[in-house]
Amino acid sequence: MGDLMKIRAIAKSEVTEVKVLMLHPMETGRRKNDAGEAIPAHFIQLVTATLNGRIVLQAQWGTGVSKNPYLTFYLSDAKVGDVVGVKWQDNQDQSNAIEGKVLAA
Amino acid sequence: MNRRRLLKSGIALLSMLLIAPLRALAAVWNSQAFAAVQIEQALQELGVKQIATSDLITLTAPDFAENGAIVQIEVESHIPGTQAIAILAEKNPTSLIANFMLEPDTRPHIIIRIKLGESGLLKAVIKAGDQYFVTAKYVEVAIGGCN
Repeated sequence: MGDLMKIRAIAKSEVTEVKVLMLHPMETGRRKNDAGEAIPAHFIQLVTATLNGRIVLQAQWGTGVSKNPYLTFYLSDAKVGDVVGVKWQDNQDQSNAIEGKVLAA
Repeated sequence: MNRRRLLKSGIALLSMLLIAPLRALAAVWNSQAFAAVQIEQALQELGVKQIATSDLITLTAPDFAENGAIVQIEVESHIPGTQAIAILAEKNPTSLIANFMLEPDTRPHIIIRIKLGESGLLKAVIKAGDQYFVTAKYVEVAIGGCN
């Protein structure tokens, strides 16, 4: 499970930088396979980020986000040792989640 | 005599308790906004009525994108009270790419990789209270990446 996501949260001087990688095909539904059959749309729709369990960011995505989405966001109040979580859910009702501790720069 | 009323309020309370956690997730994917082809239509579905151009939004994207399948962009808002950042591309098959809703201690600053179908305007729309602001940048795309 953890292989499908990576997270790194680093406390910098004024903000904590959170980088998240999500392994996902982000298929638009417009592509065809070698046999000419349409590949069904398969993409992340909802992303939720939490700081110590409290929601800090919610995103809705369409098919225009690149394959294997790589997202960076910034938190004002996170401290070293705090826990940042990110969860996604796709249009096929699959989901995944990861947590990481805020590390010192 | 109060039995019925009690029962009613009990049911109301119960349904509130059941609904509340769902609403707390606030996570109903806006299928109509994401289905919109034109930017104007997508913005309408997002509830945007009036929109003003602002130079308090920094939208960083390449002038020229070799590969439209992976274009890294950065949006930073300096508009006080920024609550949401939406990213749209006018020439994509569906224009709305992403909409980020931020809590007050989350900086209005996002970096993400997106797909661009062809050369055209990329727009960042900021929501602050009931006001909306936009900035745009033209990105030339060599190979479209929206398949």
